Amino acid sequence: MRAVCWQGAGNVRVTTVPDPEILNPRDAIVKVTATAICGSDLHLYNGVIPTMRSGDVLGHEFMGEVVEVGAGNSAVKPGDRVVVPFSISCGACWYCREGLTSLCDNSNPNAHMAEGLYGFSGAGLFGYSHLYGGYPGGQAEYVRVPFADVGPLPVPPTLSDEQVLFLTDILPTGYMAAENCGIRSGDVVAVWGSGPVGLLAMKSAYLLGAERVIAIDRWPARLRLAESGAKAETLNYEEIDDVVEELKQRTGGRGPDACIDAVGMEAHGTTLDALYDRAKQAVWLGTDRSHALRQAIQACRKGGSVSIPGVYGGFLDKFPLGAAFAKGLTMRMGQTHVHRYLRPLLQHIESGRLDTTFVVSHRWPLSRAPEAYRMFNDKSDDCTKVVLDPAG
Amino acid sequence: MKPPARIYDGKGARIVGAVALMAVVGAGVWAAEHSRKGRRTAKRRSDMPALAGGKGIHVERMVTILRSPAELYAEWRDLERLPELMSHLVSVTLLGGPRSRWVARGPAGMRLTWEAEIMANEPGHLLAWRSVGEGDVENAGSVRFTPAPGDRGTEVKVILTYAPPAGRLGAAVAMMLGGSADQDVREDLRRFKQRMEAREIATSGRPARERELARNG
Repeated sequence: MRAVCWQGAGNVRVTTVPDPEILNPRDAIVKVTATAICGSDLHLYNGVIPTMRSGDVLGHEFMGEVVEVGAGNSAVKPGDRVVVPFSISCGACWYCREGLTSLCDNSNPNAHMAEGLYGFSGAGLFGYSHLYGGYPGGQAEYVRVPFADVGPLPVPPTLSDEQVLFLTDILPTGYMAAENCGIRSGDVVAVWGSGPVGLLAMKSAYLLGAERVIAIDRWPARLRLAESGAKAETLNYEEIDDVVEELKQRTGGRGPDACIDAVGMEAHGTTLDALYDRAKQAVWLGTDRSHALRQAIQACRKGGSVSIPGVYGGFLDKFPLGAAFAKGLTMRMGQTHVHRYLRPLLQHIESGRLDTTFVVSHRWPLSRAPEAYRMFNDKSDDCTKVVLDPAG
Repeated sequence: MKPPARIYDGKGARIVGAVALMAVVGAGVWAAEHSRKGRRTAKRRSDMPALAGGKGIHVERMVTILRSPAELYAEWRDLERLPELMSHLVSVTLLGGPRSRWVARGPAGMRLTWEAEIMANEPGHLLAWRSVGEGDVENAGSVRFTPAPGDRGTEVKVILTYAPPAGRLGAAVAMMLGGSADQDVREDLRRFKQRMEAREIATSGRPARERELARNG
């Protein structure tokens, strides 16, 4: 089959690899009908996530048709049209039972690697380095789905692929980001990053009762999308001197009640700390670029919440813990527990309360994946989200 | 320091067949001391048959599994299935009574064999064993199952001690065990947990068992 394979930093290729096989009783094989490139795939593309190997199949946002199931799996059957959560979760360990499926104890065959780095291992992830299990991803014609009796969710034929595809990651991720803000009526929520996760966090914030949402980015096209698609006010940080002061002015001097960092470890910025981060990361001094997070902590009102859906992989430098402490902030973060959001969010989509298709900027055949990665990484052609068709 | 020949269950509540065990262990002791990383500690070893003179490579690991102590004990008590979980084991054969024959992978494709005897058996709580007679590797071990707080299942604690023989074989065995014993036990327990909770061993490539066979020959 054809698959998008990582070859090294800045280098992905569509190559022919062996078809996946059932390896465990609870497995299923899914014929992929739609797959997307995630902002977090760009961290892999840029080589800032360790333990990638040449030839690894990328992709953790995918859906399709079940074509084969293992002997121990009676929950799905060939012909089912399913969306598949990006985290692989056994459904049986304490974490899965608690609904913390991205922290599954049993799905990472390389748990020892994550334990070495983080003390403990979270769930295995599709197409996201050997640290997270080395599972081949879904930017391919077929994919093996482990624990397929608890992960994949059948979706109704009335909804198109594009309407439900983002249940696999960015919609629940944006939603959990907003949920982690503990939004109360009257709240102002500021969101750093108007990429797909940021945009869906903005929509989710309104859904959860926010009064106002402010989008912070530097790409005019993305800010326009935040305005038109997510009804957010916008703030272009390249056009003003001081983001923290600007946010204060826009919120009656209080500061946003909640701040969401939907940027993560490769933040850009125009201030000194951002240049410092950039230099250190460039020479592999091992720190994540956290400019957006620093700003979010600084801007947040006293007693407010900082929510971090953006991905971090290693260590932070110049982390303003003093500000977080002095203001008594609540910080919540982590990989999304996709499984627990699938059904409620599917209902929101079915009822028309949530439409996520506005984030898609490009619909391309899988064969153009290398070009798509380059475009998405450069933000050229106003790229926000690429959906790939494995048949093309 | 010679400790009293007693086995505590961790709460100091129970003494198990101490006299009989002492008789079988012979030269060994139920140690209240053990050597680890070259440093002797005076910590009481209440649940572990030690080797003579406290020698050997010592590994101690815990894992919490979301199953009852009784279920986990029953699985572990099925000694002949242990090789499914423990990557270094080839086979365990019951010999009747408390005895069993163990075959393990040694260095350079070598087979190591020994006979073991169950030293303590408290259904649902504890199993302890020790090699007896003239085996390739003198060893002892125990596994204890303690209910975890709340609804978190069972805390499983494994203690293993190996004392490789003298000579070149011994040196090779010591090198193999010394280099990876701790990590091996960790991975064995991970597999045990996966089998008991998820009903299968997670893999991102070929089936885990097949991969092990390929690696270990």
